[in-house]
Amino acid sequence: MKTKLQQFKESYFLYSFRRDMVAMASFVVLVIFLGIAFAAPWISPMNPYDSANIDIMNSEIPPMWMDGGSKEFPLGTDNQGRDMLSTMFYGLRTSIIIGLGAVAIQAAIGIVLGLMAGYLGGKTDAILMRLADIQFSFPYLMVAIFMSAIFQVVFGAGSFEQLAIPLLTIIIGLSNWPMFARTIRASVMGEKNKEYVEAARVIGLPQRIIMFRHILPNALTSVMVISTIQVANAVMSEAALSFLGLGMPVTKPSLGSLIRAGQEYFFSGSWWITVLPGLWLVLFVLVINLLGDWLRDVLNPKLYKG
Amino acid sequence: MIAFIIRRFLQAVVVMLVISLVVFAIKKEFGDPVRDLVGERVTPEERQQIADKMGLNDPFLVQYGRFVKNAVTKGDLGRSFLYNKPNLEVIITHAPATIELVLGTAFIIIVLSLPLGVYCALKPRSWLSRFTMSFSTLGVSMPVFLTAILLIYLFAVHWQILPSYGRGETVDLFGNGIWMTGLLTIDGLKHLILPCISLSTLMLPLFIRLIRSEMMEVLETEYIKYAWAKGLSPRRVWLVHAFKNTLLPVITVFGVQIGIMFAFTLLTELVFQWPGMGFMFLEAVNRADLSLLIAYLVVVAASFVVVNTVVDILYGFINPTVRIAGTK
Amino acid sequence: MSSLLEVRDLEVKFGLRSGDITAIDGVSFELDPGERMGLVGESGAGKSVTGFAIINLISKPGYISRGSIHFEGKEISAYPPDKMRTIRGNRISMIFQDPMMTLNPVYTIGFQMIETLKAHRDISKSQARAIALEKLKLVQMPSPEKRLAQYPHELSGGMRQRIIIAISLLADPAIIIADEPTTALDVTIQAEIMDLLQELCENEKMGLMLITHDLGVVSQVTEKIAVMYAGKIIEYGPTETVVHHPVHPYTIGLIGSIPGSIEPGKDLRQIPGMMPTLTNIPPGCAFNPRCELAADICTRQTPVLEEKQNGIMAACHMK
Repeated sequence: MKTKLQQFKESYFLYSFRRDMVAMASFVVLVIFLGIAFAAPWISPMNPYDSANIDIMNSEIPPMWMDGGSKEFPLGTDNQGRDMLSTMFYGLRTSIIIGLGAVAIQAAIGIVLGLMAGYLGGKTDAILMRLADIQFSFPYLMVAIFMSAIFQVVFGAGSFEQLAIPLLTIIIGLSNWPMFARTIRASVMGEKNKEYVEAARVIGLPQRIIMFRHILPNALTSVMVISTIQVANAVMSEAALSFLGLGMPVTKPSLGSLIRAGQEYFFSGSWWITVLPGLWLVLFVLVINLLGDWLRDVLNPKLYKG
Repeated sequence: MIAFIIRRFLQAVVVMLVISLVVFAIKKEFGDPVRDLVGERVTPEERQQIADKMGLNDPFLVQYGRFVKNAVTKGDLGRSFLYNKPNLEVIITHAPATIELVLGTAFIIIVLSLPLGVYCALKPRSWLSRFTMSFSTLGVSMPVFLTAILLIYLFAVHWQILPSYGRGETVDLFGNGIWMTGLLTIDGLKHLILPCISLSTLMLPLFIRLIRSEMMEVLETEYIKYAWAKGLSPRRVWLVHAFKNTLLPVITVFGVQIGIMFAFTLLTELVFQWPGMGFMFLEAVNRADLSLLIAYLVVVAASFVVVNTVVDILYGFINPTVRIAGTK
Repeated sequence: MSSLLEVRDLEVKFGLRSGDITAIDGVSFELDPGERMGLVGESGAGKSVTGFAIINLISKPGYISRGSIHFEGKEISAYPPDKMRTIRGNRISMIFQDPMMTLNPVYTIGFQMIETLKAHRDISKSQARAIALEKLKLVQMPSPEKRLAQYPHELSGGMRQRIIIAISLLADPAIIIADEPTTALDVTIQAEIMDLLQELCENEKMGLMLITHDLGVVSQVTEKIAVMYAGKIIEYGPTETVVHHPVHPYTIGLIGSIPGSIEPGKDLRQIPGMMPTLTNIPPGCAFNPRCELAADICTRQTPVLEEKQNGIMAACHMK
């Protein structure tokens, strides 16, 4: 008998990964990004979310290789006097927490509803899918924008700021579940009439067990591919919301709010406040997308189009 | 075909009813129509009187019925205290700017994605295809607002060849003050270039990829092989036989993506200070004008439903299979 | 008199990353004007590839690596694409296997017929339409006028195959290559289509190359048979003789497996084992692992196609 590890070592998955330089490089960069995000509180020179550490006198200091730069702030400071490097580490951490959390919510809703719709069929299917259709006909970013806008107007910007991270996670999670639900449903529809499911039903296994133990594993490749793409989407949504002023507040800037804050200083010469977090964000999303493309090519699941 | 259109239309009505119910519930729970009408300086007694007069203490369903009736028959979507005008009027005067932005972007996308997508499908190994495909991955990963900021920096600040903010010179299209267009003046067109480019960087990669993959799939089909066997020229096989079959799924996606583009106009409008609906929306959020916010939501939802319905019907006209299914 | 079509030592390879695979290995045959020939074999034997190779329409990454294809006195195997186009659908027409997939779903029958004519003749649309109508009548299509305005999905499989036959007749070709033309159809319609095809070829003096796995069909329609196995022709001769007095053990097995070829009540014979895939063809005679007569030489030396008896050519050491 081969162990799971041996099986994995000999798999086509690992083989094609090793052959693909882009996939490997993206993976390495992604791991570094995740490491930085995780370790941000320990490796950052300062805590940019704590106003006690910020001195407005230090605002708009350029990166250390430019005239006027200082070693204390290797990548310069923003318009409030925060260390750019620390803020980018913390911003990345925030973006990743929200991105992963939102995708977890999307996947949970999507998997449960998709399994129900696909397996139970009939009225449940019709109602759930109409619901998904309705939400799907609106862009998820629009839905997210409306949700946070209404929340902000109704409860005031102050309470929004305090709850920003969990709120954004929930909002982005709720705004994009139909993608998961539809894909899961499609693979359930394909699986459910196969003989092994029939057999499980004949033995008298309860529906819940058939759905989760027997059908779901077959949909997992699709879930994996979508999750990757959705994490990228969620991070982009968070950045967009923050840029619009509907996301992370300036007191706890994410990458999107940093770019927003830096925008007006950009044209007067302080380019680093916008450009550095911008590059940071683009690089992060790019490696996720590259990995997602690669996963899609290798696993080639039947994804829902459009 | 008529049955198909009717069914599609009924679906649209149901969707609108669901949305209006949600929206009305929010409005009822959190809105303050009295303030919208008379401002904040009134006594509690006066408020109560006005609320009674406006029917704000009626049962929920009665109020909802009145809301829908007013919206449908009179186009009454409430008042904006921010602009001190009916919401619909505020939205309509801001709409042309956004619509022109979306039209310009759609134009860029169509003109570029069709030839590039088809080319990448036909010659997947050429350097132009490889370049396009790598560039499209980068494009997908680039936030619209960042592209917009960089474009402004390069073209408006650094080289100073294009304007950076606003719509520029506009003229009144119908002479009634509603549709101010920037499409008819050189200055207006110049102002459109950067916002449209930055907005198109979002969708362009997606469409090139979509057209490429659909076209590649179609090129593998039996009927394309048969078209070759009939001795047709490559131009005819590619542009007549493969292209039309490629377009069918692309049109559906295009309808959806135009909607998504509306969402992203918010970002471009903010960066370019573009006086459209998105800009108005952000203003409404900042000033807590819930009434306008909700009216905007209704209008956006309605236009989405209309666009989706029209796209579906259009699809039915192009695709003979759907047309027949509809008449049966 | 020289033949209409003469294929000599044709070899087709598929270029894969792991190396080239030979799909057709030295196939030779000829077809006289108006002659009907059957190309028989199991799926994967290379019969379709041979058909497509004639009009140089092998799916990528396949290519003709050797041999000659002589047609109407010209060598066409190395024709450039635009010269090849003057032959495809004009001098040599093809009928595909599945009529449900062959017609473009988004264009009308009339559109797809007229464009074919206009690709090969310098004629007006109304002239093309008249020819299309005439050919639809020729394939006994009911209410042909109406068909021109219809889309493929409005017609049944049998009707569509008639239309495809009509399209293949449009330019009055010298040869029709029909690749399993009835496999995808209902049994009742199969006979109709086959009869129609035979009748048309006889009346219009057209050559027919019928590619099929069904020896029964071939024996009724064709005058000549080539049996293919693992990319090679292993038996080649007049239909009558091959069907009644086959030489090669594989052909004998094939005929033995047709229902009705033996007395009622007895079991049908079947050939043990499976045809090798192109990547692992055994050395010597490719059929040797399944052959009852196989001897030592069969695993060492590849037999060549040579004249055996009654004008039949066969590739077998043991006969």
